[in-house]
Amino acid sequence: MTELVIIVSYLCLLLGLGLFARRFFRGTSSDYMLASHSIGSFFLLMSLFGTTMTAFALVGSTGVSYKFGVGIYGKLASAAGIMHSLCFFMIGIPLWKIGRKNGFRTQIQYFRARFDNNLLGFLLFPLLVGFVITYLLVGVVAAGAVINQVTQGAFTASGWFAGSGHGVPKQIGSGVICMVVLTYVFFGGMRGTAWANALQTMFFLVLGMVTFVTIANSMGGGDSLLDNLRTVTASVPEAKLNMSGMKWSVYLSYLLIPLSVGMFPHVFQHWLTAKSVNSFKLPIVLHPILVMAVFAPCVMIGVWASSPLSGLPAGTGTNDVLAIMVSNHTTSLLGGLLTAGILAAIMSSLDSQFLCLGTMFTEDIVRSIKPETSDENLVGFARMFVFAIVTLTFVLSLVLPRSVFELGIWSFTGFTGLFPIVVAAVYWRRVTAWGAIASVAVTASIWIVLFARSDFGKNKGYTFPEEAVSLGLFDIPVMNPIATVTFASALTLIVVSLITPRVNAAVLHRFFPVRKADPLG
Amino acid sequence: MKPLFWLLILILLIFHQDYWQWDRSGLLFGFVPYSLAYHMGVSIVTALFWVGTVKFFWPKDELLDLKTGADA
Repeated sequence: MTELVIIVSYLCLLLGLGLFARRFFRGTSSDYMLASHSIGSFFLLMSLFGTTMTAFALVGSTGVSYKFGVGIYGKLASAAGIMHSLCFFMIGIPLWKIGRKNGFRTQIQYFRARFDNNLLGFLLFPLLVGFVITYLLVGVVAAGAVINQVTQGAFTASGWFAGSGHGVPKQIGSGVICMVVLTYVFFGGMRGTAWANALQTMFFLVLGMVTFVTIANSMGGGDSLLDNLRTVTASVPEAKLNMSGMKWSVYLSYLLIPLSVGMFPHVFQHWLTAKSVNSFKLPIVLHPILVMAVFAPCVMIGVWASSPLSGLPAGTGTNDVLAIMVSNHTTSLLGGLLTAGILAAIMSSLDSQFLCLGTMFTEDIVRSIKPETSDENLVGFARMFVFAIVTLTFVLSLVLPRSVFELGIWSFTGFTGLFPIVVAAVYWRRVTAWGAIASVAVTASIWIVLFARSDFGKNKGYTFPEEAVSLGLFDIPVMNPIATVTFASALTLIVVSLITPRVNAAVLHRFFPVRKADPLG
Repeated sequence: MKPLFWLLILILLIFHQDYWQWDRSGLLFGFVPYSLAYHMGVSIVTALFWVGTVKFFWPKDELLDLKTGADA
C-alpha cells in the first residue's frame, strides 16, 4: 500500500505542475503548442532526452537484456549516442531555422511548403498518427504492467482485484496514467510539458542510479557495494555477459533504428521551441552520456535478473522484469519512489506525443480546411483530438498487449522509413513531390505487410528476409525489417524524383535562398 | 572541415560494429561485462566527438541564429 500512496502523491504533484504552468499561459495557440519559442538549452536538453527515453529504454531494455544479455546496449544505446545527436545537428538545426523563418509548427506544414503539394500532407497525416499511436502503446502498456507488478498485494485485505494479484489491474493503471498526462498537457500546453519533462527526466536519472545500487546490495547481501556488484555479476550465466549470440546483419540493421528521431513529429515540435541555435549545443553534446546513464544500469539489472539470486519466477514476461526486480529487492518506500521514477520516464514521452498529435490535427487538418479558425477554437480542437486518440490507444492496449520492446521497434521502423524524405527535403534540391508521395506510399505498404507478417508484433525478433536469400554471387542475410523499409523508401524517392518534373524554382529559392541549409556549409 | 566531420562519424560507426570481439568474456573491475564496458566507452568517445563538433564545426552562418546572443 505504501507504494500506491507514493505513486498517487507523485501523480498529484504532476497535476499541480500542469496547473501552475497554466498561470504562464499567454492564451495563444503558439504559446500552447510551442511555448512561444522560449525554451533554452537546459530545458531543451531535458525535453529532447526525456522524450526520446521512454518505457522502451527502461522497461524494454531491462526485459530484453534479461532474455538475451548485454548486447542490447550496443544495439541501441551507443548507436543512439551517435545517430540521435547527428539528427539533432544535421536535421534539427536546419529545420529549426526554416521553421522559425516560415512560422511552421508541424512537419507536415514544412513538407507541404517544401514540396508545394497539399496531397502529401493528407497522406502523411494518418501515417504519422498511426506510427505515434504504436509508440504511445509502448508507454501505455508499460505503465499498466509496472503499476500492477509493484502494487501486487496492496488490496489483499479488502479482497479486491484477485485476478491481478490483489494489485491495481493493468487496465486501470494504464487508464490513470493517460488521464494524468492528458490533464497536465491540457492545462499546461508545451510549457507545462517542458517543465514536467525536466522534472521527470531528473527524477528518473537519479532514481535509476539509486535502483541500481539498491538492487545490487540486496542481491549481493554483503556490506561493500563493490563486493556485492562482483557477487551478483559472477552469478549471471556467461552467455548473458557477451554478445556472441547476435547475428551481425541484424546488429548492423539496428543502426537505422535511432534515425527515427529525425521523423518523430514530437521531436520536430521540441526543436521548434528552441530559443536560439545555441540551445541545441547542450542536447547534442550530452545526449550520448545521458543515454548511457539510463541504459547501462537497466542492462545490468536485466542481466542480474537472469541470476538465481534475483528470485524471478520462471517464465517472467519481459515487460514485468524491471518492476519485479524493484519489488523484490527494495523496501516499500523506495519501491514506491523507484516506480514513480519509471512512470516519470514513461510520462515524459507520452506528454510530448499527446501534445504533438493535437498540434498536427489543428495545424495540418483543421487549419488546412478552415484557415479562419480562431486561436481559442484551435486549442479546443487540439484537446478533443488528443482525447480521442488517447482513448483509441487505451482500447488498443487492451486488445494488443504486446512486448514493449517489439512495439517500440515497429514504431521506429515506420519513422525511419520516412527519414529519407526529410533528408532529401533539407539537402536535395532535385527531390520532387511525386518522389516523396511514392516514398510515403511504399513505406506504408511495406510496413503494414511486414507488421502483419510478424503477427502484429507478437513474433518477437522477426526478420526480413525471414531466411537468408542466396543470389549466386552473394547472400542477402536476415535483417531487422527496418533495412528493407528504409532501402525501398529511399530507392523509390530517388527514382521517382529523377523521372518527375522539378519543384518550382520560386519554392526552391525559399528553402535554399543563398546558402545551402547544411549546417556544416 | 566537412570531410573530416564525416570521416570521424564513419570511424565511430566502424568502432561501433565490433564483431571481432563479440565472444570476448571477462569483467572490468570484476563486475562490468567487457562488451558493455566497450560500448560505454563508445558512448563517451561519441560525446567527446560532439564537444569537438560544437567547438569546430558549429554553424558560422549568423542567419542560423535568429535570436543572437546566449540563451537566457
